[in-house]
Amino acid sequence: MNAGICVAGRIDAVVMGASAGGVEALMTLLPALSATFNLPIFIVLHLPRDRPSILADIFARKCRLPVFEAQDKELVRPGTVYFAPPDYHLLIDKGPQLSLSADELVHHSRPSIDVLFESAVDVYGSRLLGIILTGANEDGAEGLAAIHDAGGITIIQQPESAQVKTMVISALIRNPRSEVLDLHGIAALLGTVAEAENV
Amino acid sequence: MDAEIDPTSATHGQRWEIEFRLLIEAIYQVYHYDFRGYAAASLKRRLRTALVNFECRSLSQIQDRLINEPGFFGLLLNFLTVPVSEMFRDPGYFRALREQVVPLLRTYPSIKIWVAGCSTGEEVYSLAILLREEGLLERALIYATDINPQTLAKAQAGVYDVDRIAAFTDSHQRSGARSSLSDYYVAAYGRAVFDKSLRRRIVFSDHSLATDSVFAEVQLISCRNVLIYFNRDLQDRALGLFREALCRKGFLGIGSKESLRFSSEAGAFDDFVPQERIFQKRDPA
Repeated sequence: MNAGICVAGRIDAVVMGASAGGVEALMTLLPALSATFNLPIFIVLHLPRDRPSILADIFARKCRLPVFEAQDKELVRPGTVYFAPPDYHLLIDKGPQLSLSADELVHHSRPSIDVLFESAVDVYGSRLLGIILTGANEDGAEGLAAIHDAGGITIIQQPESAQVKTMVISALIRNPRSEVLDLHGIAALLGTVAEAENV
Repeated sequence: MDAEIDPTSATHGQRWEIEFRLLIEAIYQVYHYDFRGYAAASLKRRLRTALVNFECRSLSQIQDRLINEPGFFGLLLNFLTVPVSEMFRDPGYFRALREQVVPLLRTYPSIKIWVAGCSTGEEVYSLAILLREEGLLERALIYATDINPQTLAKAQAGVYDVDRIAAFTDSHQRSGARSSLSDYYVAAYGRAVFDKSLRRRIVFSDHSLATDSVFAEVQLISCRNVLIYFNRDLQDRALGLFREALCRKGFLGIGSKESLRFSSEAGAFDDFVPQERIFQKRDPA
């Protein structure tokens, strides 16, 4: 149905990154997930650093999966969506468990998509699906390359369908062999993960 | 035969993991700095930055220089520790200290405070200014500790880039300031030099939460965005030190995304200002 990529059975986790326009894009993707989707999803969405985020609350109401703001040292649960908190990097550590850091900004951002993606590669290796969505800076391009180099699956939102194209174009330039899909294509692909797990 | 094994048959990730553990062990054995209980994900990320900086191909090359090259560890330490700090970061935390903790600190004839993991000192000066504003600095003593002697030296100097001052001033005001931040520094040549008189009540010292023990009894410990870099066992050790160091009903402040929830020491503390992560040592009575 979409470019013939098969993810079923090949991945253990999903990481996503977005900035400007990201809330709308995620509103298309996350509520479409079925309650049987049984992989963890980790998301960095760039936000103002100086105020609390209500993302988890907003999405929890719209999704069939549980949605949380990531907490330090929390063990990763399947079928759960985790958002990085504002002003902290989110990393995945052995366990797998969530790990926060207050290290320097990366691409003017904390949380940074690169930081999440690169740490997830250390834990999940080739069994990782990385998705770059709409956004206004180049964060995520390197992280996606790390996933690709480890043998994972990389997807970039089709630039024409992105509200702001900078992030997806940077990701494409760095990762020309990534799959390019619009939001409906990405939603359909994620749908196949849940189906496969329920055969 | 083992000699036949091709090391590249291990994945890059497996080899990286082996080199990582060996390096951390070498640092401990040679320099007695114990990073073995640090959260690996953050440490690995910082080591990747160090690889690029030192133009090393692998962590084994870093290890070679670490063991054989005098002075190299000092340079590496700046990558292993996190020199990121701000004045009055999370103004709500300082407001809660001011409004809810200071009135109790005021009842002690002499006030002792420990800033554990003080990095380059921004939070130490924030507390000193807050205490000065509340008229308590002259009878207070602040212990500011860190494992990195270079960042401690920076903390001791109390000199920050002038372009950071606007953000510090804004946070200071939002913390319920009773004065202007500009009362406490002199700006010159792109630097803001903080008032030496603040420093008279601060003792800067080398101390490791991983290997050292308690050195004083204090009424307040502020240790923010340090525990996130530790694994659960090391968190327990640090929190155990805090429990021992705190006086009866003493206060502990941690980072806005840190929690005692997963710690075996959780029972030693009660919530005091939960939304600002300020705890009070539980009275065993």
